[in-house]
Amino acid sequence: MTDLTIEQLHGDLLAKKFSATEATNAHLEAIASRDSTIGAYLHVANEDALSTAARVDEAIARGDSLSAVAGVPIGVKDTILVSGAPCTAGSNILKPYVAAYDATVTKKLKSNDAVLMGKLNCDEFAMGSSTESSAFRATVNPWDQRTVPGGSSGGSAAAVASGLCVAALGSDTGGSIRQPAALCGVVGLKPTYGSVSRYGLMAMASSFDVIGPIARRVADVRTMFHAIRGKDAHDATSSDGIPVSRGAAGSAKLRIGVPEEYFGQGIDDDVAASVRDAIAVLEQRGHTIEEVSLPLSAYALAVYYVLMPCEASANLERYDGIRYGASVARSVPETALDGVYIATRTKGFGPEVQRRIMMGTYALSAGYADQYYKRALAVRQRIRREFEDVFTRVDVLITPTSPTPAWKFGEKTDDPMKMYLSDIFTVSANVAGIPALSLPCGFVERDGASLPVGLQLMGKWFDEETLLSLGEAYEQVTEWHKKKVSA
Amino acid sequence: MELTVEEVQHLAKLCKLEVEDEAAERYAKQLSEVLEYVGKLREVEVDIESEAVASVTGLENVMREDELHGCTAEERERILDQFPLREDDLLKTRGVFGI
Repeated sequence: MTDLTIEQLHGDLLAKKFSATEATNAHLEAIASRDSTIGAYLHVANEDALSTAARVDEAIARGDSLSAVAGVPIGVKDTILVSGAPCTAGSNILKPYVAAYDATVTKKLKSNDAVLMGKLNCDEFAMGSSTESSAFRATVNPWDQRTVPGGSSGGSAAAVASGLCVAALGSDTGGSIRQPAALCGVVGLKPTYGSVSRYGLMAMASSFDVIGPIARRVADVRTMFHAIRGKDAHDATSSDGIPVSRGAAGSAKLRIGVPEEYFGQGIDDDVAASVRDAIAVLEQRGHTIEEVSLPLSAYALAVYYVLMPCEASANLERYDGIRYGASVARSVPETALDGVYIATRTKGFGPEVQRRIMMGTYALSAGYADQYYKRALAVRQRIRREFEDVFTRVDVLITPTSPTPAWKFGEKTDDPMKMYLSDIFTVSANVAGIPALSLPCGFVERDGASLPVGLQLMGKWFDEETLLSLGEAYEQVTEWHKKKVSA
Repeated sequence: MELTVEEVQHLAKLCKLEVEDEAAERYAKQLSEVLEYVGKLREVEVDIESEAVASVTGLENVMREDELHGCTAEERERILDQFPLREDDLLKTRGVFGI
């Protein structure tokens, strides 16, 4: 029961092969027996999960119609609020915090009777590419426990890959859904900026952040995306978008662009070879492959590492020990107001968060704002226009998701710039606001272990459907997604 | 662009963070590396005044009536309950100048 797709589970529930309670229990048992090793969950919602499942079973018994995600065990990244459940974003500063309300995505899943299993580990405030900056626990890559699961949605990807939930929500600011999905051999969608409400998502960089799904099949990712997307009065940047789908799944012949800049320096040869093989598969299916050039993509990571810390430093000002979360006001009675701020933030934020707050404060300070912040905004517009231009000639872009497979714990933690470079291929989609999908396209050998490789499809604004159709067509003629982690 | 330990200490103060000297040295080195990397943005010729626009998906201002949207009693209590210092339904803070 812990290796089914959403569609299979839905069908089996309707056919009464097993009940939603049995499916939920199977996942709770998997968590109880395996999560001490995997480290994906920060909080498991046993009671709430089982009571939702019981409600679904009653609906089935009555013969009510079921939504596509009803009874489906789903994990939620710990940057997303679930009313009444702890929500820490992997940070000590939110260790005592309990969500007072539901994020819009949570509300949508709940109203569709999805079974919310609990909260999944992530890098602190989603700042990282390995989940190592979580204040609470390490999450391992289920394919090789010596390696990281990627990040920041590492708990989400590891839980999905190891059957601790059927699908999960992640959030993606610079690659945080796609990169861990690639490193854990699962599928991840970063939707168009604004297509999913950010209400109830811990804000990191508000002009980049987007919530999206991780699952074991493209079809499941589509089902989840359809369940959570749409304009929301609580998020002024949300939008219904303009769907520009190109029609029937897999049958339309697409023009696929291969940007050479994404196969250059820093990429492992066997990773590049896996993606090139996938491109050949798509060409055999009748799609047109075209070499394109995106020279400004070379600046996307630099744009990101200016704008993201600027936005994050402003967003994280709210953690001051006054209204909620950890606070020295509880424990140190002789401290005045300013001392409460300083001691709470110093104790509560880990080094990566402190680094980004200082970086953002620097880049926004008088005398530097033009040189850094405004310049990065302007270059961002140039990058957006470059994508606009390339999308007049091709429908989809194909690249590797990550330049390398999963790496060993501790390999990049002392060198932030090295860690940042692992986002080099994913970050341009966030800079431009376009949707991007990562899906498994091969395995490479590292130190006696076989590690997954992901390919990335990037598409036009609000054209998720073309990416999903192409991804599904690729799945139909390949076997990579069927390879399972040995439990 | 090299950041000095003193500059990091000044930044930390602005950010309401306390950084030990040893950590400040590490941050200075790491932030300098990041600043050096992002310095490559100077290679792109742009007109900062006319091109520095924040939205990439053509967002427009969204307006609504200025009306009160309440919350349930349960949500309200959950919010009040998280106040580090609480007196009845009031949020308590430490004094600005004294305690």
